[in-house]
Parts: sequence; C-alpha cells; structure tokens
Amino acid sequence: MNKIEFLENLRSALSGLPQDEIDERLSFYGEMIDDRIEDGLTEEGAVLQIGSVDDIVSQTVADIPLAKLVKEKVKPNRKLRAWEIVLLAVGFPIWISLLIALIAVVISIYVSLWSVIISLWAAFGSIVGGGAGAIASGVIFICTDNVIAGIAMIGAGFVLAGLSIFFFFGCKAATKGIIILTKKIAVGIKNCFIKKEEA
Amino acid sequence: MDVQLKRGLLDVCVLAAIKNEDSYGYKIIKDLKPYIELSESTLYTILKRLENAEMLTVKSVEHDGRLRKYYSITKVGIKRIEDFKSEWSEIMSIYKFVLKEDTADE
Repeated sequence: MNKIEFLENLRSALSGLPQDEIDERLSFYGEMIDDRIEDGLTEEGAVLQIGSVDDIVSQTVADIPLAKLVKEKVKPNRKLRAWEIVLLAVGFPIWISLLIALIAVVISIYVSLWSVIISLWAAFGSIVGGGAGAIASGVIFICTDNVIAGIAMIGAGFVLAGLSIFFFFGCKAATKGIIILTKKIAVGIKNCFIKKEEA
Repeated sequence: MDVQLKRGLLDVCVLAAIKNEDSYGYKIIKDLKPYIELSESTLYTILKRLENAEMLTVKSVEHDGRLRKYYSITKVGIKRIEDFKSEWSEIMSIYKFVLKEDTADE
C-alpha cells in the first residue's frame, strides 16, 4: 500500500469524526511516512511500519469523548429544506419519544448492571453485620448464664465471618468484571458513531 | 504494568525526548526506541495530551518542501520532569526497602 492509499483508507475509516480531527491525524501520519522515506525506507516499507488503519481507529475512538462523536453525527451536512423542517416539527411526538426510549434503554442497562454490584455489596455488608451481631449477642448470652445458646450464636457468627471472606473476593471480581463490561459498552456505542457513512 | 503508571511514564519519556532540543514525531520515536517501543498512534495520543496540559507547544516548520511539526517543551513540562525525578527517588527508596525485606525472608 502506498502513502496516498493508506491516508485515503484512514480518512474513510475516520469519516465519523469532526473534520479538523481527521485533518490533524492525516497530516500527522503523512509526516511520519515522509520522515521514514527520508530516512531511507521505501514508501511501502514506511506505510507498513506505521501499523494498521484498524489499530489507529481503535486508539482514536478510545481518545475522543462520546459527546464529541454524537455532536458530529447529529450535525446536518447541509441546510434543511422547508419540508424537512415541517416534517421534523410534525413528527416531533414520534422521534422525541423514540429518542427518549433509546436513552432510557442505555441508562437502564447501566442501572441494572450497577444494581447487581450494589446488591452484592449489600449482601456482603449484611453477612458481616450478621456475623458481628451474632458474636456480640453470643457474648451477651454467655454473660447472662445462657452458655449453650451463647456458644451456638458465637459459632454462627464465626461461620458468617468465614463466609464473608469468600463473598468479599466474589464481590470484588464481579465489580471489576462489570467495570470492564461498561467500558466495552461505551466503546461499542462510540464505534456506532465512527462507522463509515455510506454516501 | 498498571495503566496509570505506564501513562505517566510515557508522558515523561516524551517530555525528556524534547527537553534539550525541539523534536518531531519520527525523531521522538527513534530516540526512545532503545528504551521503549512506541507506536505512532500511542505517540499521537501522548503528544495531544501533553499539548492540552500545556506541557509542550507545537509549531510547523518548512522542511524539504513540506511542513513538519516540531514540539517544544514548556515550563510546565520541565516541572513535570522535575516532579517525576523527586517522585521516583521516593519510589526507589520504597523499592529498596521491599527488596531488603524480601531477601531477609529467604
């Protein structure tokens, strides 16, 4: 692949981005290729060393905030015609409710993921609390001469304390997993915006 | 390596590469090659981040009939390197302590 082909591929892969962001990247990679050629490499060799367009795109998507991608996507390429404005106004009850529904779906996915985490930690808290409570009440039982019930309560307290250790690691792993998942969802949503626009 | 730690290290590496004289993208990659392998897209992200943090400035200079971007370090960038040096002397003393305790164990 030569320099022009590479930069053209990159341009179309980044077409969902604001124009200034695209231009800046193209001039950066173009300069990198030119400097390598000046250093004695062939044009093909220089392009090969830059890496794949896909890698550049995934790094770019990770760098640019979602809000900027959305803003670029919803910005019309030309002035709206009169009938389009009328259609937008008349269709308002339909598209606004669809938009709200879409946003609500995304939010509900996040809320449900995080509620799993919150409930896991709440369960962890209640096991720890229950364990501590059982041990404390066991001690009270023993002090009030109810030794057998006291020992049973303390035993139950220790069982809960033991369980809470396992539960802690489970909760930690689940939290980590959900954080990774939410990041992946965010990247997925961003990717929808950067995809090549068909003319 | 921890992502935040790596990011901080890369920032300082790039700042160090432009500390003594202004440099351009390909030269930065070449100068850092013996120490750390940087891809173009990673370098782009780092340069952008440092520019936004006002640790470096960019200017286009004509070279061989085309434009080449040169990066110069700012006072903020120099301060970042100085901070890094003092942070690392602390980290190194912790490292030595960990190493000493670890060998004492064996």
